[in-house]
Amino acid sequence: MAIAKKKDRPGGIPEASGAELLNYYRKMLLLRRFEEKAGQMYGMGLIGGFCHLYIGQEAVATGIQSALGPGDAVITGYRCHAHMLLAGSDPKAIMAELTGRAGGVSKGKGGSMHMFNRAGNFYGGHGIVGAQVALGAGLAFAHWYRGNDRVSVSYFGDGASNQGQVFESFNMAALWKLPAIFVIENNQYAMGTSQQRSTAVRDLYRRGEAFGLEGLQVDGMDVVAVKATADEAVAHCRAGQGPIVLEVLTYRYRGHSMSDPAKYRSKEEVARVRAERDPIERVRDRLIEAKHSDDEALKEIDKELKGIINDAAEFAQSSPEPEASELYTDVYVA
Amino acid sequence: MVALTVREALRDAMAEEMRADPDVFLMGEEVAEYQGAYKVSQGLLQEFGAKRVIDTPITEMGFAGVGTGAAMMGLKPIVEFMTFNFAMQAIDHILNSAAKTLYMSGGEIKCPIVFRGPNGAAARVAAQHSQCYASWYGHVPGLKVIAPWSAADAKGLLKSAIRDPNPVVFLENELLYGQSSDVPDGPDFTVPIGKANIVRQGRDVTITAFSIMVSKAMQAAEKLAAMGIDAEIVDLRTIRPLDGETVLASVKKTNRLVTCEEGWPFAGIGAELSALVMERAFDHLDAPVMRVAGKDVPLPYAANLEKMALPQVDDIIAAAKAVCYKT
Repeated sequence: MAIAKKKDRPGGIPEASGAELLNYYRKMLLLRRFEEKAGQMYGMGLIGGFCHLYIGQEAVATGIQSALGPGDAVITGYRCHAHMLLAGSDPKAIMAELTGRAGGVSKGKGGSMHMFNRAGNFYGGHGIVGAQVALGAGLAFAHWYRGNDRVSVSYFGDGASNQGQVFESFNMAALWKLPAIFVIENNQYAMGTSQQRSTAVRDLYRRGEAFGLEGLQVDGMDVVAVKATADEAVAHCRAGQGPIVLEVLTYRYRGHSMSDPAKYRSKEEVARVRAERDPIERVRDRLIEAKHSDDEALKEIDKELKGIINDAAEFAQSSPEPEASELYTDVYVA
Repeated sequence: MVALTVREALRDAMAEEMRADPDVFLMGEEVAEYQGAYKVSQGLLQEFGAKRVIDTPITEMGFAGVGTGAAMMGLKPIVEFMTFNFAMQAIDHILNSAAKTLYMSGGEIKCPIVFRGPNGAAARVAAQHSQCYASWYGHVPGLKVIAPWSAADAKGLLKSAIRDPNPVVFLENELLYGQSSDVPDGPDFTVPIGKANIVRQGRDVTITAFSIMVSKAMQAAEKLAAMGIDAEIVDLRTIRPLDGETVLASVKKTNRLVTCEEGWPFAGIGAELSALVMERAFDHLDAPVMRVAGKDVPLPYAANLEKMALPQVDDIIAAAKAVCYKT
């Protein structure tokens, strides 16, 4: 029986090519610039309700998405802007969803936490902590039922990993050998409660052990390592070996949501992670060290991305509010 | 026509839809090897195999979520709860994941799923196993809620529910499973969702009921006839969308309404019907609406207390006489 293990990498992780690194850099920077703008717009009162930013965690979704192929399904909780961008949704439509406008991906009816992209195989955007894990097992079930080799990736946090339905899902996924990758984005805080205060055994990659699930753990601030580990998880599922747990050690720089001043941790702790482990800076350093790129070229990318984000912000403010007639649409499929 | 029990009618509905559509499958506790805790899925494992008739662990929240996720990807799951009492563990997925996602996604994500199983009181199984959830689920936009009485409706409505592109909560009744009645033959027979059925024509008072309360209302109507009161019985069949037009048309004819349900009266189906008639047929009423419902207590085990807590034929007769001002 497979048991959870911390993956030994005798040869280390193979370095990515210049093209791959540039691709990661670009994607992660897009996520960051988008979230920074969203935070700014929230502060200006243009975005309402809850708004959970992904800043600091960019390498997780970027690395894992890079390991997936067409038809692989993805689902997550309410911290979903990055997953939408990586699923190929238009930044304009995502930002307009945050502002609750007609041009939003969910026509303004879902908001920050509820966005979906069927064509991009992204299934949301769910607000109840842990629900996406059972739903994600259901997406894997659909692949299994149809007999294809596609996988399903369910993202959830260290907080959600204590929900009962997570274990129910592990059990069924193991029982039926579903192609499910359970990604625990361990950012160390369940809202304001640190792992030390919420979780009896903190090796979350071992969370599936009781069900015979193999578990991998990876530094989630290193996109190359995340991608390499995700490749292994995907291969495991595609080979019909059933589900796998992937713990990704990460950190969020901002509060749990925009309304959280994050007083449960020190400013020094955040500053230290930013200075020493920032996923974007790490790729930037590698690009420059290996002479795959230079300051000027990277600045050019940043400028281009800021342009895309500014256009999105502009669209999100100029797009009209939904028509009153939309109130009663999409309650039922006709 | 063929005489079937409700149990057989439900089984035939699932079998016919599974033959017609490979995306339809059944999952739940004891649905396969055991042939259904109440033998509703008898023979399905043998015909369709273990991939389409799936025994789940006892893990309602988990398998409701798995079914809902599979539906989001386009499969058409039938999720059986051994009873709807256990679906309390899963109600988050039924409401938050299945019912609301179409709206929250601006129409992007559909969820064609049926949640079915017995609802309401059985016999002497006490409070935790004896609750009617019609008003709970009926409260929720995005869900369709069905509670059939006859075998024909059980079959025709379950087939419609499986074909429906929306999430449907299908409330059965354990005590009705063995009841036999005529069902139109053939796989093309369906009953439309959202249409009530007048099961007895009458002039003097409208009595609404659904599920097992239709049996009690019919018994009451016979006794009322002997007292000179001619009751019209409306079997609601669907709780949401409620067929208000049929109820209103009947009330406009009889000018009196008695509502029957097994669930608690507070914020129940009767309360909803009272509001409907108040808003849209106030001037037609010759008496206040009366509700016959379960007593406002958890269901007791003792036989005498259980009988007192559940709405009985005599309660319906008393209410009908009261609105007709007969003593």
